[in-house]
Amino acid sequence: MAFAVDVRRVSKRFGSLQALDNVDLRIEAGEFFGLLGPNGAGKTTLINLLSGLARPDSGELSILGHDVVAQYRESRRLLGVVPQELVFDPFFTVRESLRLQSGYFGLRRNDAWIDEVMHHLDLTDKADTNMRRLSGGMKRRVLVAQALVHKPPVIVLDEPTAGVDVELRQGLWRFIQRLNREGHTVLLTTHYLQEAETLCNRVAMLKRGKVVALDTMKNLLNSVAACRVKLRLSGGLPAALSPQLVEQTDDAFILALSSYPALEAVLAQLREAGISVLEMSLQQADLEEVFLQVVGQGKGEP
Amino acid sequence: MRTSFATLFYKEVLRVWKVAFQTLLAPILTALLYLLIFSHVLEQHVQVFPGVPYTAFLIPGLVMMSVLQNAFANSSSSLIQSKITGNIVFVLLAPIAYWEFFAAYVLASVARGVAVGAGVYLAALYFAVPSMLHPLWIAAFAVLGSAFLGALGVVAGIWAEKFDQLAGFQNFIIMPLTFLSGVFYSIHSLPDFWQGISRFNPFFYMIDGFRYGFFGVSDISPWFSLAVVAGCFTAMAVFTLAVLRSGYKLRL
Repeated sequence: MAFAVDVRRVSKRFGSLQALDNVDLRIEAGEFFGLLGPNGAGKTTLINLLSGLARPDSGELSILGHDVVAQYRESRRLLGVVPQELVFDPFFTVRESLRLQSGYFGLRRNDAWIDEVMHHLDLTDKADTNMRRLSGGMKRRVLVAQALVHKPPVIVLDEPTAGVDVELRQGLWRFIQRLNREGHTVLLTTHYLQEAETLCNRVAMLKRGKVVALDTMKNLLNSVAACRVKLRLSGGLPAALSPQLVEQTDDAFILALSSYPALEAVLAQLREAGISVLEMSLQQADLEEVFLQVVGQGKGEP
Repeated sequence: MRTSFATLFYKEVLRVWKVAFQTLLAPILTALLYLLIFSHVLEQHVQVFPGVPYTAFLIPGLVMMSVLQNAFANSSSSLIQSKITGNIVFVLLAPIAYWEFFAAYVLASVARGVAVGAGVYLAALYFAVPSMLHPLWIAAFAVLGSAFLGALGVVAGIWAEKFDQLAGFQNFIIMPLTFLSGVFYSIHSLPDFWQGISRFNPFFYMIDGFRYGFFGVSDISPWFSLAVVAGCFTAMAVFTLAVLRSGYKLRL
């Protein structure tokens, strides 16, 4: 079966900026995929290429086997994109906006699904309100609804929760997760790494237009120190343990552990030095650490 | 009919309707003011066509001027607004072919141009009732002329990045061409030099042919004018389609 998203050797340059540099990426149908990276890494450029808002300098992109340039009609019909910018058409109400978007995708009578989408995004009360009168969070919901109005098998969300309250965020993710369970592929970019960690099963990290990490969430989390221990001690940290020190606060030391059994060795060292443990807590590695390790590498390089 | 095209056309018409005060009524009022002032001042002094009072002569010219200006204003302002507010993305993300995009914007421009023109004509009947000898000629010039300006508006709307660039286009190209096209006079009343210049102005043929539909009199054969206007529209359409196809300024 064709990949939901297939990106092969894609490069894109804007003037002197190499926005994407020979990017290869394949997303299977049904995945919940995260695309992460610092600002300017090329995430939005990649999404623009997939959706036809920009054209690649070289390489090929396809959605479920349909080339985004040669077969743009099919590929766009298969793709639903929530753009990052909070855009809206001030002339229309919520329902009008959704009906128009439906029509652009060739669907004439689509009110049942429009009602359902509005219901899940808590927009039903606002159906006949002009877009201009909606709050930022509400406009964001309409953008999500517009992207889903043609039931696209592949859903792309470009930072959908930027500046959105907790309630909407949770409601939105419940709905997107449901769609994912029903077979929709989801490609998500977000700045909230915790969000990516809970939602995505696979992640790619972009940096300066290149894929610098591409793996399942589990493998990525395992690739950094598995866990950390936070210790409050009766005395100073023995010199033998200082290589493991990652952070020191006023009264506590945080040490990296390669695995849980490694804790035994740490405690033995402390015993030997005659220092007792006043307080101890274990911390799991999270995506943020992976991100900082992978993306933070070689900061000084040109 | 393809749903994508039909929806985009409907959206453009709905947009005009929602702000009808500014898109339909305002231009009708402007044209009526021209009519009121010019006919008041010139009625006793000027007779362009034998047996046709000046006010009656002026009405078709003002109607066509409104048709052309509003056709241009419609596609160009809709596009630049969508570009500046960013909501053009909704159209660009959809599976709409470039020729559907073209057809929807141009036809909506024709619709607005013809609607304003009809409004100006009906209101002007209060001042004078011009004859209407050849309605088919009137329709042909109104549709072809507004389609030409609608396509020009698409190109201008795509090219312009700011409202003032579009205003420049309107003030320095569209306005001079309409005013120097014989809306208020017959070009036979001009010195030879300006008559010669006027013959390079496509708007002249649109106004002259349109007026022929009312009075059966014109400066130039209506067939020749029709050929010029149809030729201009075809060239403009080919150019606009090429611009849209290339993705110029719309798809990076």
